[in-house]
Amino acid sequence: MTRPILEVDALERRFDVSAPWLNRLLERKPRRTLRAVDGVDFDILPGQTLALVGESGCGKSTIAKLVTGLHAPSDGKIRFNGDPTKMQMIFQDPFASLNPRWRVGRIVAEPLRTLFPDTTDAQAEARVGELLKTVGLSPADAAKYPHEFSGGQRQRISIARALAGEPEFLVCDEPTSALDVSVQAQVLNLMKRLQREMGLTYLFISHDLSVVRHMADVIAVMYLGRIVEIQPTADLFANPLHPYTRMLLDTIPDLEAPKRDRAPMGGEVPSPVSPPSGCTFHPRCPLSFDRCKRELPKRTPDVHDRRVACFAAAEGKTDV
Amino acid sequence: MTQPVLDVQGLRVEFPTRHGTLTAVDDISLTIGRGEILGVVGESGAGKSMTGMAILGLLEPPGRIAAGKILLSGDRIDTLTEQQLQAVRGRRIGAIFQDPLTSLNPLFKVGDQLVETIRLHTPMTRAQARRRAIELMQEVGIPAVEERIDNYPHQFSGGMRQRIVIALALCAEPELIIADEPTTALDVSIQAQITALLKRLCRERGTAVMLVTHDMGVIAETADRVAVMYAGRLAELGTVEDVVRRPQHPYTVGLMGSIPSLRRDESELQMIPGAMPRLNSIPSGCAFNPRCAQAGPKCSRDIPRIHGEGAACWLALEGATA
Repeated sequence: MTRPILEVDALERRFDVSAPWLNRLLERKPRRTLRAVDGVDFDILPGQTLALVGESGCGKSTIAKLVTGLHAPSDGKIRFNGDPTKMQMIFQDPFASLNPRWRVGRIVAEPLRTLFPDTTDAQAEARVGELLKTVGLSPADAAKYPHEFSGGQRQRISIARALAGEPEFLVCDEPTSALDVSVQAQVLNLMKRLQREMGLTYLFISHDLSVVRHMADVIAVMYLGRIVEIQPTADLFANPLHPYTRMLLDTIPDLEAPKRDRAPMGGEVPSPVSPPSGCTFHPRCPLSFDRCKRELPKRTPDVHDRRVACFAAAEGKTDV
Repeated sequence: MTQPVLDVQGLRVEFPTRHGTLTAVDDISLTIGRGEILGVVGESGAGKSMTGMAILGLLEPPGRIAAGKILLSGDRIDTLTEQQLQAVRGRRIGAIFQDPLTSLNPLFKVGDQLVETIRLHTPMTRAQARRRAIELMQEVGIPAVEERIDNYPHQFSGGMRQRIVIALALCAEPELIIADEPTTALDVSIQAQITALLKRLCRERGTAVMLVTHDMGVIAETADRVAVMYAGRLAELGTVEDVVRRPQHPYTVGLMGSIPSLRRDESELQMIPGAMPRLNSIPSGCAFNPRCAQAGPKCSRDIPRIHGEGAACWLALEGATA
């Protein structure tokens, strides 16, 4: 079997969100911790795309930061079976992630200069031109500043910069959610082409299931800091196991059947500071029973090959 | 035909700048009937929000309505003074904006904000207005209203805040609601709750709704008819079934194709090459012609226009390019 390029094991990240200590002292408030990532494990095989999908606050961006080392884990392990310099990240906001005072050429060349200090100016310039062409821009754009580009073009610059370090592994945190759909299509196509041509591995983070379906080989659905279900893309869409996944799938508007009337799922994601007992999804779950309130379901080997963390799914229940 | 609630005829919005006049909205005509939801869709800069703002009389100077008429149940509202407009906005037209946090005053309890709005528009006593506020909050689906009415906006979640903004828009039972990206800041599951709520209110009260959004999914789910905008102009107008399933304008076709499908497997998404032009460099003729694979000589010469349902495309209008 191929060895995974990234192995994440029982990963946890807690944030201290307590009031300042004087307030705690005077108002007798306890310390409060937010478990942003709470026991997450997954592997990614080389050349594949694993997508983390979920609603705001489910911890998907925190995982991106843990994997790239921008946050340190509170517990658990992240093993990257490759050269750590071969990992790069593409951020969501193409306006905040490019230095407005630098010319595009300098932005794209920065990883080159850092990772390959022997690069001469002429080599760097040639490489930057090549990279800009790869992402569909012109070498002449190197002399311009970021503000001269549209959102989609800026995201291409971010991709060119990420590619400059000759990465094997790219962490993409909502790379297209700030873009219009027609531009999103251009960027997604570009990312898929680069993956084919360069054999890149992606950790792809998105809230948009239709984008994820298009991009990912494997999808992990997150809810309140945990992976509730992980399956190959086709299986997840054909046979979603967790009630939350089914709810998410049901909330995507279907363009092929307009004006559909549905009863939307009630409730909201609870606060991660004080999550519900047992399975954190139970207050919103149509299938929940007593055990769900008491006990936390885990993705154990005996249940659906570790694909889902749900007592109801383990018993084969799928409908209300 | 019965009189539409909103009738926009040849609306044109201009921004005079030092480098010449920019046309943000160019010759838009549309109507919305009682109990109808019209979706206005387009990418950033297409002029969809500007159209909504012009109807609300909220254009930021130097922006101005340069041509056209806006009629609300037969009354012209584009020629009203600011003072007269104040009586229309809120009472006859309600507005819902993208960010519920900036639409609510953080320093006042939500109940007081509702009571104030109700009393501004109707001759109710404080006690009556409070009862009405409770009814409205129940109607938009806020649980445990009696407890929550005295909470501040920050004590509500994003979805609940947007429900309160909708309740505010409903205070005076307006004929028309303009909802500008009402679900964009919300998560998908909450988004579905809010669109279902809008649909129900529109059906039960007969309110006309103009739903401005960039999200074709929300439109497909919610709207009865759709207006697709491109570079300040109408590209296509029709029923949601027609526009979503049988788009006529090459731009709409491209837009629909660029959305990843949930059913079909595509190795590549369809793309529209290039980007929407900026307002200071709109090409002559059809604004879409440089990006259109089927453009003929007429497309770069004459502007195709629609003033009713159809596609503003010479191919659709004449069957072929001359």
